[in-house]
Amino acid sequence: MTDAPVLMQARDIRRHYPSGGGLFARKGIVKAVDGVSFELRAGETLAVVGESGCGKSTLARVATLIEPPTSGALHIDGAAMADEATRDRLRLSVQMVFQNPFGSLNPRKTIGAILQEPLEINARGSARAREAAARSMMDKVGLRQDQFARYPHMFSGGQRQRIAIARALMLNPRIVVADEPVSALDVSIQAQVLNLMMDLQDELKLAYLFISHDLSVVRHIARDVMVMYCGRPVEHGPKTSVFATPQHPYTRMLLAATPSIDPARRKPAVAIKGELPSPLNPPPGCAFASRCPHATARCVAERPEPRLFAGHAVACHHLEGMG
Amino acid sequence: MSPTTAPPPMPGRLALFWRSYAENRGAVVGLVLMAALIVISALADVLSLHSPIEQFRQHFLIPPIWQEGGLWDFPLGTDDVGRDMLSRLIHGARLSIIIGFSVASLALITGTTLGLLAAFAGGMVDIFIMRLMDILLVFPSLLLAIVIVAILGPGLFNAMLAVVVVTLPGYTRLARASALAELARDYVTASRSAGAKTFRLMFDTVLPNCAAPLIVQVSLGFAVAILDAAALGFLGLGAQPPTPEWGTMLSGALQFYQRAWWVLALPGFAILFTVLAFNLVGDGLRDALDPKLKR
Repeated sequence: MTDAPVLMQARDIRRHYPSGGGLFARKGIVKAVDGVSFELRAGETLAVVGESGCGKSTLARVATLIEPPTSGALHIDGAAMADEATRDRLRLSVQMVFQNPFGSLNPRKTIGAILQEPLEINARGSARAREAAARSMMDKVGLRQDQFARYPHMFSGGQRQRIAIARALMLNPRIVVADEPVSALDVSIQAQVLNLMMDLQDELKLAYLFISHDLSVVRHIARDVMVMYCGRPVEHGPKTSVFATPQHPYTRMLLAATPSIDPARRKPAVAIKGELPSPLNPPPGCAFASRCPHATARCVAERPEPRLFAGHAVACHHLEGMG
Repeated sequence: MSPTTAPPPMPGRLALFWRSYAENRGAVVGLVLMAALIVISALADVLSLHSPIEQFRQHFLIPPIWQEGGLWDFPLGTDDVGRDMLSRLIHGARLSIIIGFSVASLALITGTTLGLLAAFAGGMVDIFIMRLMDILLVFPSLLLAIVIVAILGPGLFNAMLAVVVVTLPGYTRLARASALAELARDYVTASRSAGAKTFRLMFDTVLPNCAAPLIVQVSLGFAVAILDAAALGFLGLGAQPPTPEWGTMLSGALQFYQRAWWVLALPGFAILFTVLAFNLVGDGLRDALDPKLKR
């Protein structure tokens, strides 16, 4: 661990949604995020990976304070969400980059207006200072000055994502939550946007909470990795250690499923059997038990808590036995 | 919005819009008719030969000039009390435009505000507003308008209010539906996490993106307002004589339909062409603004 200051600390975050309760549906609770803890330090990137529906995006919405957690504590810069006013103030230091650059920019506003809006809302600076700030941010993310008065529909996906990143940085946030920021882009553009994000991180000492399902992207950008399954973290630790010595059976299968261009590094792909269990009715034990080759009766009955093993936190009963 | 954020005019976008609008011949015809009507009503005092309520006692039911007995003084004839038809029609056009404009804009503003409120507030507020609109939709619109006028008392202003109430549900539902669709999009979340408050989100972020369907609804609502106001006038509940309102003119001339066709047919045609013009423009706008119909 480094000694960079901790910017965001999440302690046992849960986010549950009531579901159904209609005429025919049974009432239930969807446990989208169910007990996630992490620390995010200045200048570092925590990548959250997992398949669709594992609660990544919900975690992103909770971390950006768009939605309050059902339970658990979220501290930003050491301050808790004591009341509405603190929340409104802290919200500004966490900004978000969205997955779909075609939906995240207001189609009726020019790029200049989009970039100035955050400053305008918070009444920062004069009109002239706001325009200057927007223009210098355009330089920073590699947009041309003559694009200031253009509308989003005149840009390509990669350029739009640059605009979205620029907008997120207008308020000088310390933390940026990026929800699959490159998965909607062409592979050739992905690298450009990722490199831009990493350059900005170095320059501004930003902390990234990087949501992704693409392990090769995560390998490129992350320092720490958290693998989520069915709303809970199954493995969490430094990237090097998680990628080199994955411990949880789910992480192993995920890594084995990543295509590799180097034939020597190709591992026999282990197909993951079965489906993700419904978060509406999660099993009492390990959520992965129904698909895990190592599952025993204990896994079905008792939920494994994360424990330190081989340098990172893993939630599994059978770490010692698997080797 | 402050002046710095006002988008500069985009000739490219406008030209593009005009091209897809002009593809529809009917819409262009409607636009020309509409422009003519607006010019006529703006210049009503200059164009009309007489006062619309002045009675010429020697000239009852004079036919239009192309018929035997027509007089150049009264190009489209006179009605049963000797008023010049052309002047009355011209002033009627002005009145219709005013009715259409005020009714449509009042209904648009109220309906949009209610719809946005329902979409943003959700819960009980949403249910209350939308069920109220459902109740208004239950009654046939003209019948409801008659009831409202009966309660408020006949007159042009009350008739206009009645038409506003009757057309309100369309605007409210439309605004709510498009606001809900926009609210789910990421740029709204982005504004919110930049600290935008509800008022700003409603009118600066979401509303401009709901504009296209509302513009179409207004242009069609114009026609509905004119037609309904004329219907109320015809029933004696709208504008009162001697106001030169087309519907009122129709009802006053009903008994002369065998002797003098022009007192009946001319206001009828005026209503027909006005409503047709606004409907054509509305259809054209819808086709031009709806991206799904674009190639």
